[in-house]
Amino acid sequence: MRPSFCGAMATYLEFIQQNEERDGVRFSWNVWPSSRLEATRMVVPLACLLTPLKERLDLPPVQYEPVLCSRPTCKAVLNPLCQVDYRAKLWACNFCFQRNQFPPAYAGISEVNQPAELMPQFSTIEYIVQRGPQTPLIFLYVVDTCLEEEDLQALKESLQMSLSLLPPDALVGLITFGRMVQVHELSCEGISKSYVFRGTKDLTAKQIQDMLGLSRPAVPMQQGRPLQTPQQPVISSRFLQPVHKIDMNLTDLLGELQRDPWPVTQGKRPLRSTGVALSIAVGLLEGTFPNTGARIMLFTGGPPTQGPGMVVGDELKTPIRSWHDIEKDNARFMKKATKHYETLANRSAANGHCIDIYACALDQTGLLEMKCCANLTGGHMVMGDSFNTSLFKQTFQRVFSRGYNGEFRMAFGANLDVKTSRELKIAGAIGPCISLNAKGPCVSENELGIGGTSQWKICSLDHNTTLAIYFEVVNQHNAPIPQGGRGAVQFVTQYQHSSTQKRIRVTTIARNWADAQTQLQHIEAAFDQEAAAVLMARLGVYRAESEEGPDVLRWLDRQLIRLCQKFGQYNKDDPNSFRLSESFSLYPQFIFHLRRSPFLQVFNNSPDESSYYRHHFARQDLTQSLIMIQPILYAYSFHGPPEPVLLDSSSILPDRILLMDTFFQIVIYLGETIAQWQKAGYQDMPEYENFKHLLQAPLDDAQEILQTRFPMPRYIHTEHGGSQARFLLSKVNPSQTHNNLYAWGQESGAPILTDDVSLQVFMDHLKKLAVSSAS
Amino acid sequence: MSVNQQAHTGPPYGQPQPGYQGYQQPAYGGQSLPGVPQAQYGAYNGPVPGYQQPVPPQGSLRAPPTSGAPPPASGASHPSGHLAYSQFEHGDVQNGIPASAAPMQRPPASQPFLPGSAPTPVSQIPTFQQYGAPPASVQQLRNHMAGMTIGGTAASAPPPAGLGYGVGPSSYPPTTGAPRPPAMPGPPLPGQTVAGPPSSQPNHVSSPPPPSTMAGLHPGPPMSGLHGPPPPTHPPQPGYQMQQNGSFGQMRGPPPNYGGAYPGAPNYGSPPGPPPPPKRLDPDSIPSPQLNELPPQQKPRHRIDPDAIPSPIQVIEDDRNNRGSEPFVTGVRGQVPPLVTTNFLVKDQGNASPRYIRCTSYNIPCTSDMAKQSQVPLAAVIKPLAALPPEETVPYLVDHGESGPVRCNRCKAYMCPFMQFIEGGRRFQCCFCSCVTEVPPHYFQHLDHTGKRVDFYDRPELSLGSYEFLATVDYCKNNKFPSPPAFIFMIDVSYNAVKSGLVRLICEELKSLLDYLPREGNMEESAIRVGFVTYNKVLHFYNVKSSLAQPQMMVVSDVADMFVPLLDGFLVNVNESRTVIASLLDQIPEMFADTRETETVFAPVIQAGLEALKAAECAGKLFIFHTSLPIAEAPGKLKNRDDRKLINTDKEKTLFQPQTSFYNNLAKDCVAQGCCVDLFLFPNQYLDVATLGVVPYQTGGSIFKYAYFQLETDQYRFLNDLRRDVQKEVGFDAVMRVRTSTGIRATDFFGAFYMSNTTDVEMAGLDCDKTITVEFKHDDKLSEDSGALLQCALLYTSCAGQRRLRIHNLSLNCCTQLADLYRNCETDTLINYLAKYAYRGVLSSPVKTVRDALINQCAQILACYRKNCASPSSAGQLILPECMKLLPVYLNCVLKSDVLQPGPEVTTDDRAYVRQLVTSMDVAETNVFFYPRLLPLTKADVDSDSLPAAIRNSEERLSKGDIYLLENGLNIFVWVGVNVQQGLIQNLFGVSSFSQISNALSTLPVLENPFSKKVRSIVDMLQGQRSRYMKLIIVKQEDKLEMLFKHFLVEDKSLSGGASYVDFLCHMHKEIRQLLS
Repeated sequence: MRPSFCGAMATYLEFIQQNEERDGVRFSWNVWPSSRLEATRMVVPLACLLTPLKERLDLPPVQYEPVLCSRPTCKAVLNPLCQVDYRAKLWACNFCFQRNQFPPAYAGISEVNQPAELMPQFSTIEYIVQRGPQTPLIFLYVVDTCLEEEDLQALKESLQMSLSLLPPDALVGLITFGRMVQVHELSCEGISKSYVFRGTKDLTAKQIQDMLGLSRPAVPMQQGRPLQTPQQPVISSRFLQPVHKIDMNLTDLLGELQRDPWPVTQGKRPLRSTGVALSIAVGLLEGTFPNTGARIMLFTGGPPTQGPGMVVGDELKTPIRSWHDIEKDNARFMKKATKHYETLANRSAANGHCIDIYACALDQTGLLEMKCCANLTGGHMVMGDSFNTSLFKQTFQRVFSRGYNGEFRMAFGANLDVKTSRELKIAGAIGPCISLNAKGPCVSENELGIGGTSQWKICSLDHNTTLAIYFEVVNQHNAPIPQGGRGAVQFVTQYQHSSTQKRIRVTTIARNWADAQTQLQHIEAAFDQEAAAVLMARLGVYRAESEEGPDVLRWLDRQLIRLCQKFGQYNKDDPNSFRLSESFSLYPQFIFHLRRSPFLQVFNNSPDESSYYRHHFARQDLTQSLIMIQPILYAYSFHGPPEPVLLDSSSILPDRILLMDTFFQIVIYLGETIAQWQKAGYQDMPEYENFKHLLQAPLDDAQEILQTRFPMPRYIHTEHGGSQARFLLSKVNPSQTHNNLYAWGQESGAPILTDDVSLQVFMDHLKKLAVSSAS
Repeated sequence: MSVNQQAHTGPPYGQPQPGYQGYQQPAYGGQSLPGVPQAQYGAYNGPVPGYQQPVPPQGSLRAPPTSGAPPPASGASHPSGHLAYSQFEHGDVQNGIPASAAPMQRPPASQPFLPGSAPTPVSQIPTFQQYGAPPASVQQLRNHMAGMTIGGTAASAPPPAGLGYGVGPSSYPPTTGAPRPPAMPGPPLPGQTVAGPPSSQPNHVSSPPPPSTMAGLHPGPPMSGLHGPPPPTHPPQPGYQMQQNGSFGQMRGPPPNYGGAYPGAPNYGSPPGPPPPPKRLDPDSIPSPQLNELPPQQKPRHRIDPDAIPSPIQVIEDDRNNRGSEPFVTGVRGQVPPLVTTNFLVKDQGNASPRYIRCTSYNIPCTSDMAKQSQVPLAAVIKPLAALPPEETVPYLVDHGESGPVRCNRCKAYMCPFMQFIEGGRRFQCCFCSCVTEVPPHYFQHLDHTGKRVDFYDRPELSLGSYEFLATVDYCKNNKFPSPPAFIFMIDVSYNAVKSGLVRLICEELKSLLDYLPREGNMEESAIRVGFVTYNKVLHFYNVKSSLAQPQMMVVSDVADMFVPLLDGFLVNVNESRTVIASLLDQIPEMFADTRETETVFAPVIQAGLEALKAAECAGKLFIFHTSLPIAEAPGKLKNRDDRKLINTDKEKTLFQPQTSFYNNLAKDCVAQGCCVDLFLFPNQYLDVATLGVVPYQTGGSIFKYAYFQLETDQYRFLNDLRRDVQKEVGFDAVMRVRTSTGIRATDFFGAFYMSNTTDVEMAGLDCDKTITVEFKHDDKLSEDSGALLQCALLYTSCAGQRRLRIHNLSLNCCTQLADLYRNCETDTLINYLAKYAYRGVLSSPVKTVRDALINQCAQILACYRKNCASPSSAGQLILPECMKLLPVYLNCVLKSDVLQPGPEVTTDDRAYVRQLVTSMDVAETNVFFYPRLLPLTKADVDSDSLPAAIRNSEERLSKGDIYLLENGLNIFVWVGVNVQQGLIQNLFGVSSFSQISNALSTLPVLENPFSKKVRSIVDMLQGQRSRYMKLIIVKQEDKLEMLFKHFLVEDKSLSGGASYVDFLCHMHKEIRQLLS
């Protein structure tokens, strides 16, 4: 740290990268405007993207408890930024300036004998604490049986396979649903036993527990005290059993699962009680394992069609709601269903359980209504066409993938606590979390995202899960910060590690303050346009969830224009004079692509798809987010090694193979000539082996991406003129369209049939507006 | 009629006819009254002859009296009573007379009671003495009686004729039977109930009259003697007095006094002056109005000779002898069938067999005024699916193809033998509503010269009383042919059920029982599918689909809103899913072996079954095995509201009513789906049968109750009931409608069913034991010519899922004379109706009101008879119609039954249970239920198949040295006297002494000796006759259990305050006289 600060910041890029690698943090501004007024004029808020559990191979956790500031309202963790008086064995909290005694265990510290948490390289440190009983991980499968035979079979196989991937002591449970909901008891010999619930009736948690025989009062009443304690695990274990004990049973049980037997007449959808099934799953865990890491994994093959949470009726002639219907306020069930799932999501989140949704169907499945279940609990959302696709199978398998040390890449029940130095307040967070409503002196009244708190709960997270956290500079203009003063932020993440250990990761960062009036160039240079784009995008997407699309776009545009006005160099009313410094140069382009992205544009997307995209956008790290905003395009040709090319229609050339990664899709596009060659079979001729290699290269690269990404992207292999080429054509900047005639018939790129504006036009307008004295 | 009558005539009283004859004379002559009596006899004789002669002509009379016997007897018969019987034949007379005769005779018993005086009484002394012996101790008497009974009764028969007639004879010989001449008020009308003449027993005449004489007489011929001798001297009185004295028991001490006081009484009897020793009079007098004042209280002590009052045993025996040999051919309109206790074959020649329909009367008054006047309820007891003995053919199935059965256009009556074809067969006129309907072309047939269709004998619907039509799709719900029905077994697995071993027992039994589901005709396997549910506070459904490796259990805890969690695999074919089912039944007891759940639900269980049937779109039956009051939180939850303090208050009725209407609504839903519920209860305490029974009751199901169920003692009984219940023939989703000739209309229905309108009886299920009693009322006039027709049409789904119509037709006569009505009644059926009527009444009225109403109605019936059909006679005489002479005794039994007069040991549940049980009983069942069968086992002939002759239900009839069996359709008691020979005890119980007999036995030990075999075969035979397996209870004399046993000795006074037969008869007599005056 220190070096970077001292250094002349040869490049801020390096600094940013270093920080990201070490702390998992990217700030929009790396030098902070020192007053509230100036900060608001920066347009892009002071904010960061935090990846709380960023994988750190070089960070072995320490086996002791963190030392906390003794001030009850602070409780910040001892960190390298603290002033330490080694003689007096005192340390001063850098957030509240409280002076604290070191605990007895630290009696031996000195300048040369520092605990890890005081060393600068440990600005991020992880503690393992031995607190409370360790509870095994819990996986509760909630399986839709209204599937086609093939789908069900595939799903059953995936589920059976997954048993071998779980930690042996993990508890598993099974709920199946169709017209009814069945909670399976897993420990039965000779007879398989399940509790059945009507799919149309919502039940309170208490009712569910009563009906499952999980209510405790009844037991002690009859059996007396002594038995109570041993009895309890037995009860819950009827439905949740250690994998190693029942994997045979469960494998058989899954094997015997039948399609929902209730007849579905012509012209009807099967009756699917997803709402009740989830409700029961939540109720079951709530009653038996509150505040324990648990995953409810919902596998559904269609929309909920009855009971609470129904999204569409069972008449096939009534299609499921579209954006059009929603705009016309014509989606009958949407509000009620959403409310149902929100309630569930909140309950589940409150208990630290997450809900995954694996929805595989050709039509929509109600993700729009159910999205909060995954969004609020940190659960996964996977959307596919069928359970019988590698997209689902591999994605699902990847849920259980393990890290470098053989540990699951999942953590549970995280509690993120953010502390700031006095000049800053916390405005909110956007990510897969819920507020814990921890009010405090560092909580701002202005909310951005989920605000009003300094703590959030993230029920499930992995090494990529990234939250956007927004701050507000509250220092008043007339109270200047002394030269060299630094603002600090501490992120304390307590979570249940996949090994069931309780861990605490603490990241403490500091940034310099600068007076925007005198040192604007410092601030400008320290702008992280990538982070800023993503942070603005999250705000935009967050708004889009509740506001009309056009309003969000207008807001985004205005912010962009204001930013350009603030940081652009231009002569008034002369668009041609407009210039942006390097640290801002890409930003408008990001925004251009963001405007066209499915996160903000619902055209051509179903409500489910929009929800799906937004879900992932709100939790991926910066790199992935950027890919989502502006897909990456690589070109393969005989003219040279593979190279990234502009995401522009001009990049589409006949003798190129293009590989586009939009995060959700991997598209391989063969140019016209290449496609012809391939049809002619040149790749099979020994003398054209190089062509074969050329064809193979993008496939290998794609494979690499497919191997690592979660969820697995849709893999599209197409060629010039292919129907699936639309995936590419809809993403590239339409620099050549049927409107700009000059492009016709030329060899440079392919025209796109669209009325969308191209980046060029967009920039022209931007410049014009930025320099306009009218605004 | 005539036919019947003749049949009746046979052996009136006396069991053995021969006996009569023999006795009569000899007895009298020889034994009894040496001097005096004879003289009397003589006197009688005179008259008798007279009667007899007239009699024959009158033939019409039903008087059953021994046919042959009487006449001869006649002469001898003077003995009064008995003779009278013989004469009865003459008709009503018999009733009146004979009855008196029998009763009149004072049983020896009486004497003993009589103080010293007894002997004094006139000539009779001797007689008395004979009896006198008994006087010593009551017991002795009893023994006597016991011993005598048979003989006695038998003997008695003959005399009546003599007596009754005898008396009158002289004077009235010509007139019908009017027996006693002068004395009697008016000479009794011909056969009709002459009050005076102690005509056969029928008359329970209580008349006080010349007891003395009578008494004396009886004595003479110990057995038979009773009858004959009495009256001789005092023709008129004799009869009466005899009866009174004898039958009604002469008072011991008091008598004398009364006698004095009563002297007047005798007057009534007629023979005031006569010898009647004042003393005897007393008791009898009760009936007589005048006596009323004093007598009532005093009488209590009196004893009237039980042998002298109408004896059910005698009547049954007579009917059996007279009518058991010839088949009952149904071709003739209005025939009275043999009694239910008689074994007979039926030949269907156009009317439904009495096994299907029995009526209270086979001759219906033409007008409603007449009907009202008589107060005789017109009712038919219908058992549409009754099982037939193997010798009789089941109704033919007629298939008219797609056009369905031919029906009247207007009233929709089905084609039947009474339809009149006209216009050469092109049309037919409806026998019910007279509407003329075109004969459909495919059904056309020419008529022969008598107007009969040529194919008359080829078509069951034209020639038989009972037949079936194959229903077309129009007769099906939703216009869809039904699926085969399903049986769902629903087993309570709460703590009690598991602990008592019940769950294991049921599961074990089901494994084999499932192979015996009802099958249609000759089908290879049953079409019925089965399903299984267990429950306590929650329900467990089982998927036993054949493709599963192991059964699946599905728990439904949401009892508030019941549903069926699975469709496929719940109802399965037994053969296909055999292994899965077996595995399930093995596991159920294991799974719940450690249960601690004590609470149960009930309504949701029914709902579950109902929903399952709905989902499967079929009708069916639920077999629910339940142990406790459903107090778990759920719909239909009940609270313990048992409160004995309510008994005898206006609120008593609430004990019979369901505590919530929930079950009524549920029942309605069940009926709509064809979901019949059979309930097996195993309570250890109150579980509110009145409420739990609502659904079984309204869906046509049955309730079986095993209080304090214990595996060792009760399992056999339960398993037998279960087996029978599962296997028996049953129809589903049934609707029954009874059509009648214009003029009467079915107005009221009793039984286990539901009615959504006023005409259609709907039953989710109807088995071969279920009976519906239908009451008819006039809404117009009937004509004697055309008679009255009934057509009972039952639409149902057979056990193979075939939709069918079963039709029963019955033609009845109509009359303008009340006498005809009374001559064609059937008391057993009447009691069946009255009991059901009363048992329904307790739901809405205080029990006392119900009882009073019953007594009142019967009194009116009898009074009407007395007034209109019996010959004028002293008001003091009780004259009963022959056909109804048992009405008082049976009525008393009804009044004393647990429902109407509960003893302290009878629980509320028992009463509710019995109440519902009786409501769907047929005539044979009510008969034995109210008047149990008591068989002296030690008298059984080890070498023959026959049963020992039954004896009357009175403690007096039991001998210390014998073993008896008593059965009432629910229980079998084996009563062992203290003095039974050790050998017998050893043979029957396998223990060496009386004291070693365990009354915990629930079956008789299987021992290889003739006596044991015989007794067991008797027990088995009785069990075979009843629809429920009876509980066997061993009762040792003077043991605690004897109290329970005595409760069933229905002729005795009961502990709960029920009157003895004799007392009740007196009471009835009083009532009648009040009505008449």
